[in-house]
Amino acid sequence: MLYFSPWKIFLILAVVLLGVLFSIPNLVPANERFVVRNEQVTDEPRGIWAFPLVPHNSVNLGLDLRGGAHLVFEVNLDEVKEDRLENLAEEASVALRQAPVINVRRPSVVGEEVVVRVARAEDMDAAWDRLQDLSQPVGNNALAQQGGFGAQTVAFTRDDAERIIRLTITPEALEEIQTRTVTQSIEVIRRRIDETGLTEPTIARQGDNRVLVQVPGEANPQRIIELVNTTARMTFHLVDSTVTIDASGQGRTPPGVEIMPTENPGEPFLAVQRRAMVDGENLTNASATAQNGQPVVQFQFDTAGATAFGRATSQNVGRRFAIVLDDVIISAPRIRGPILGGSGIIEGGFTYESANDLAILLNAGALPASLTPVEQRTVTAGLGQDQIRAGTLAVIVGFLAVMIFMLAAYGVFGIFSNLALLVNVTLILGALSGLQASLTLPGIAGIILTIGMAVDANVLIYERIREEARAGRSPANAIETGYSRALSAILDANITTFIAAAVLFMLGAGPVRGFAVTLGIGIITSVFTAFLLSRFMVAIWFKAFKPQKLGF
Amino acid sequence: MAFGLVSLIPNDAGIPFIRGRLIAFAFSLLMIVGSLTAYAINGINFGIDFTGGIQMEIDTEGPADLAQIREIAGGLNLGAADVQGFGEADKVLIRLQALEGEGLDVEAAQQQARQTLQAALEEQLPGVTILAADVLGAKVSGELQIAGLTAVIVALALMLIYIWFRFEWQYSVGAVLALVHDVIITIGLFAVTQMEFNLSTVAAILTIVGYSMNDTVVVYDRIRENLRKFKKKEIGEVLNLSINDTLSRTILTSFTTLVALFALFAIGGPTLQGFSAAMIFGIVVGTYSSIFVAAPILMITKVNRETSED
Repeated sequence: MLYFSPWKIFLILAVVLLGVLFSIPNLVPANERFVVRNEQVTDEPRGIWAFPLVPHNSVNLGLDLRGGAHLVFEVNLDEVKEDRLENLAEEASVALRQAPVINVRRPSVVGEEVVVRVARAEDMDAAWDRLQDLSQPVGNNALAQQGGFGAQTVAFTRDDAERIIRLTITPEALEEIQTRTVTQSIEVIRRRIDETGLTEPTIARQGDNRVLVQVPGEANPQRIIELVNTTARMTFHLVDSTVTIDASGQGRTPPGVEIMPTENPGEPFLAVQRRAMVDGENLTNASATAQNGQPVVQFQFDTAGATAFGRATSQNVGRRFAIVLDDVIISAPRIRGPILGGSGIIEGGFTYESANDLAILLNAGALPASLTPVEQRTVTAGLGQDQIRAGTLAVIVGFLAVMIFMLAAYGVFGIFSNLALLVNVTLILGALSGLQASLTLPGIAGIILTIGMAVDANVLIYERIREEARAGRSPANAIETGYSRALSAILDANITTFIAAAVLFMLGAGPVRGFAVTLGIGIITSVFTAFLLSRFMVAIWFKAFKPQKLGF
Repeated sequence: MAFGLVSLIPNDAGIPFIRGRLIAFAFSLLMIVGSLTAYAINGINFGIDFTGGIQMEIDTEGPADLAQIREIAGGLNLGAADVQGFGEADKVLIRLQALEGEGLDVEAAQQQARQTLQAALEEQLPGVTILAADVLGAKVSGELQIAGLTAVIVALALMLIYIWFRFEWQYSVGAVLALVHDVIITIGLFAVTQMEFNLSTVAAILTIVGYSMNDTVVVYDRIRENLRKFKKKEIGEVLNLSINDTLSRTILTSFTTLVALFALFAIGGPTLQGFSAAMIFGIVVGTYSSIFVAAPILMITKVNRETSED
């Protein structure tokens, strides 16, 4: 144990040096390490920090320490599924109406399936064959189409006695829809939040159907909830002015017409055609401006949208059309003449702020499904500061107490273990900075716990050395045996604790995960410091002083 | 040359731990029965991580009037409100139970309830600051319950397997019995004191499990070594010797860990107080169980002395 091969010495020193290098940025304020632009600290390193390979990141504080909002939204997939089934029913109806027409009762959605009832028994085979075209390979990729393997989007069953064909969406297709819906939602939310100017948001998928939104610094989650909660699906419908609607919004509507609420108190309900003239998907750009001193939202269609809008307005001059946002009519102007340029304005009794917000939502696009908040956790930056202060103080006090205790118990060996402990904390700090893992409040508890437990390895070794020395071994021999015999106990003990940390990391959420991270890192660094570093220090000390007796 | 200035534990103390094992077993049994009884009578005060609902930490201007806040929070038709002081005179913790029902509509209403509570507080308590707020619906809290339980079970199972792999099944059984003992008694602490049991409590329990296992393994390691060394000695004698051999280490390590945790308990702020209290208690129990439960159980499971497995 007194001999350390050069590569081992190199390894020990390199690890310590790296730990120090990675933890140094924590001592320098952020505005000296990064370029400051418009009084905002960017993530662009400057000065010596900009050199390649120079670590410049400090510990990444979790939301509970830096303050901010943590929100989880659930994507309403049932809604998407219902939409898909409605579409499928519509597609089936269109397909069967093509010449030669196959007579069926209108395809309808019943529970999780589309039911097609064929009028004449002899049409069953023809209907069955024609409906097959509605199914595509999932993912629509060339490989699946060629080989014919892979799942289809629609599954069919037939009941000849009842003359019924049933269409269901396959689980594979549903899964694809789910993934696509969540991915699109994340995209839209990101665009929306980016436009608000909130800094460093984290937007990520969580589990199968959830979206996590974290916004540091923002302690009022309501604004984010509203931003994410709005589907912002905008459609343009023709108004049917023949329907009489009573005060509670009831009235007899012809097929294909429905009654919708409006934002105008003077005209709380309007009957509109269910089918949209144009869809908001065809919007390319929206902006808030003023017209006659009133805030309005100006919009522009893409080519397809402009064509459809142009055609619809030409055919219906003099009638009114409704601009519908998430099932509420925000404006219902009269068509004075064909609108061919593909642009228009929405007047809806806006304030400048609400006009601006609507423009943001329209530009970011509609969410493919509605999102419901299911979890929110917020902390103000001030409370975060208090917690950092209390946590840091606890770390320092705990650290000093353990050091004093080790010094008292083991004298010169206590100094080695204390140095090792110091390096240990530096390594944890360096690892956290380098990995950019979030340090949470429970994470600080993990560091304190590690400080208490890290000395365990040293205690095991020193106790063993004491014992071997008492058994009559020479100092060198006792140290050697002490280290080698303590190894198995140290490894076993630390592996079991590491198992606990790993399980916590895998199953835990947020702050608890932060605890698992620091505990896990702490276990690794403490084995390193006890087994390589403190041993190295003991070896140097032993060579220098050549003690004849270990005075434990 | 300066060496150890104090020797806290006498070397070769020769304390007859094993002879007292029946007393220890009886004591442990009493603690377990007591814990289970407390659990049956009191139940556990689960935090909103597991029950769902709203938890809000507020800072009032001047000392808080808890009765008034209770009235405001309870009068919103959002379920029973639990209002208590939190650390300082002007800090208050408000808890509202989860709304009844299931489905995304209820989830949305639950999230909206925060806004209602916040608005009511801000209107009726001028100068109030919302320091932190957590809102969890029934869905998320239900999932966290399952995740927490799974975490503890998976961790126990993995440790059992590891010890089995490293030692023999007799050790494995002893170690896990000791762990279950620790977990039950720690849960008993929460049943008796009615401290809030939340996600970080699960973290604390898992850490206790890890720590207790750590302690047990050190003793077992020595038992295995001594069994090989003293082939002629009675098993009880070997167990006793091994416990005494490792006693000073056991106590030293527990002591340094407790010192660090007491620092956390005293100055780490109110949020971590429950967490550190659970750990402090758990470490005492864990240390006790390695000496008085895990080791003596090997007399019952009849550890195999002949194997030379290392």
